[in-house]
Amino acid sequence: MSTTVPAAAGEVREEAARGGGGRDVDRRPRMTDRARKERNLGWLLAGPAFIVMLAVTAYPIANAVWYSLFDFRLTDPDGRSFVGLGNYGLILSDPLFWRQFGVTAGITVVTVAVEFVLGFALALVMHRALFLRKSVRTAILVPYGIITVVSAYAWQYAFTPAYGFVNPLFGTDLNWFGDTLPSLFVICLSEIWKTTPFMSLLLLAGLAQIPSTYIEAAKVDGATAWQRFRKVIVPNMKGAIMVALLFRTLDAFRIFDNVFVMTQGANGTETLSFLAYRQTITRVMIGLGSAVSVILAILVVLIAFLFIKGFKVNLAEQRGGS
Amino acid sequence: MSTDRKGQVYWIVGAVIIMAYALIPVAWIISLSFKAGDDINNQRFLPTDWSWENYRIVFQSDLFTSALRNSIGISLIATAISVVLAMFAAYAVARLDFPGKKLLLSLALAITIFPIIAIATPLFNLWRTVGLYDTWLGLIIPYLSFSLPLSVYVLSAFFREIPWEMEQAAQVDGATPLQAFRKVIVPLAAPGVFTAAILTFFAIWNDFIFGITLTSSEAARPVPAALAFFSGASQFSQPTAPIAAASVIVTIPVVILVLLFQQKIVAGLTNGAVKG
Repeated sequence: MSTTVPAAAGEVREEAARGGGGRDVDRRPRMTDRARKERNLGWLLAGPAFIVMLAVTAYPIANAVWYSLFDFRLTDPDGRSFVGLGNYGLILSDPLFWRQFGVTAGITVVTVAVEFVLGFALALVMHRALFLRKSVRTAILVPYGIITVVSAYAWQYAFTPAYGFVNPLFGTDLNWFGDTLPSLFVICLSEIWKTTPFMSLLLLAGLAQIPSTYIEAAKVDGATAWQRFRKVIVPNMKGAIMVALLFRTLDAFRIFDNVFVMTQGANGTETLSFLAYRQTITRVMIGLGSAVSVILAILVVLIAFLFIKGFKVNLAEQRGGS
Repeated sequence: MSTDRKGQVYWIVGAVIIMAYALIPVAWIISLSFKAGDDINNQRFLPTDWSWENYRIVFQSDLFTSALRNSIGISLIATAISVVLAMFAAYAVARLDFPGKKLLLSLALAITIFPIIAIATPLFNLWRTVGLYDTWLGLIIPYLSFSLPLSVYVLSAFFREIPWEMEQAAQVDGATPLQAFRKVIVPLAAPGVFTAAILTFFAIWNDFIFGITLTSSEAARPVPAALAFFSGASQFSQPTAPIAAASVIVTIPVVILVLLFQQKIVAGLTNGAVKG
């Protein structure tokens, strides 16, 4: 519905502009008229998407910020009271929050680091293997496309002592979901398996942009494979590397599905996204939960900012340049 | 050039390892889905007896069949609307010069990096007030907001590579900008639109957070959320193997799309994120 409206309106506007322009041709330079039409058309075309994107994000964000200033429990709406930054003080002084922050940061660092190394290896193989190239790309798109919840179940069941094949395979009887570190290990495995393909495809795109003459020249000059990798390949695909790292870091920091399915946050595996979920949806502590959400959002923006400033990732250039 | 041929052998070994890496967890969940009764506890990769029992259980479960219906319906509708809206926006981004273009792209980027859980909570409150909680529309709307940045990026990347002289030629021949868009650009852009649709569909099909926070019943609960709450045929039986069967069923559309459109998906992902 809403998509046909601006198109039709655009047509009417064009007709009107055309008719008006025909009567007094010399009134003003034609380019101005064209530029104005272009601007109008631009907004008519982009407007609906802009409004839809804003509609479900602006209000909820403002709402979350507002509620985060209240002591507000959904089951006790009359007991709602303004506490200012009290919720934030409560959260930031709670050692449990810092523990969860540590778990989230740990998962992020470990998964992104492993995914980067693994993703680079995958990209190199896809770039260099002449045979099976198509089969490899098809195969790695399966983890990319699979539902995260399904990935979580696959890995969880594989490691569950009662019916998994992993323990007999390695001759161990470790209860993987009985303690923090083994649980986090399996959670990270699922996360890495599912998202490495995305990382590797971004890196592959970067690899493909390096002129092969650069690498040939380095080879002729006697550079070893490692030197070619360090001095020619990596510097020439810095943009792709940074975009891949940034997007995966932000994604990993918001990890939720794997934790929800595998441990429900038990054994100290709770992450910040899960904490926000548990406070609001399970415990209906809207005020406290909103404050957690706002803190999480600020942290994510902070990470993005550090990446962009620290590593000089120019997103506008990456997005804008063709 | 024998060293190069020897090199190729290593790359092929690497390729085989990657395929094993990608497919073994999938093979495992498929194999698990065919284990019935005590076979689940055999601690082996393969079942001793292959059985369709779990698929029967899953398709007899209202929770799963309604979730499948919800997921397919909601994902298709949201994908279609998202891609149409993104098509117009991406055309404007790639082709037209208008104030606010930066604002649009900044908003899209902000949504991409914003934690969904931070939106889900206030949306949960809002939807309960306005009556959109636990409805299809209540999921479609946030799916649109969160898939639009992706489809706008992917599409504007594709649109930049279209030979625009053809559009100008059409305009010189008397077509309005809108006609030029519809008659010349749309056919050229169709492959990109299609790719954006696949990637958007994947993203929406995969959603979990909105699925569990904005629904409470079979009326709108999509598959990923239903999987997490699946309890088996009866409360006494272990849900493990039926969950595996349900997982396989919902993975089938993904595998089909990947097999059919491998090249398009790769192009879309890499253009949208690195070049676009």
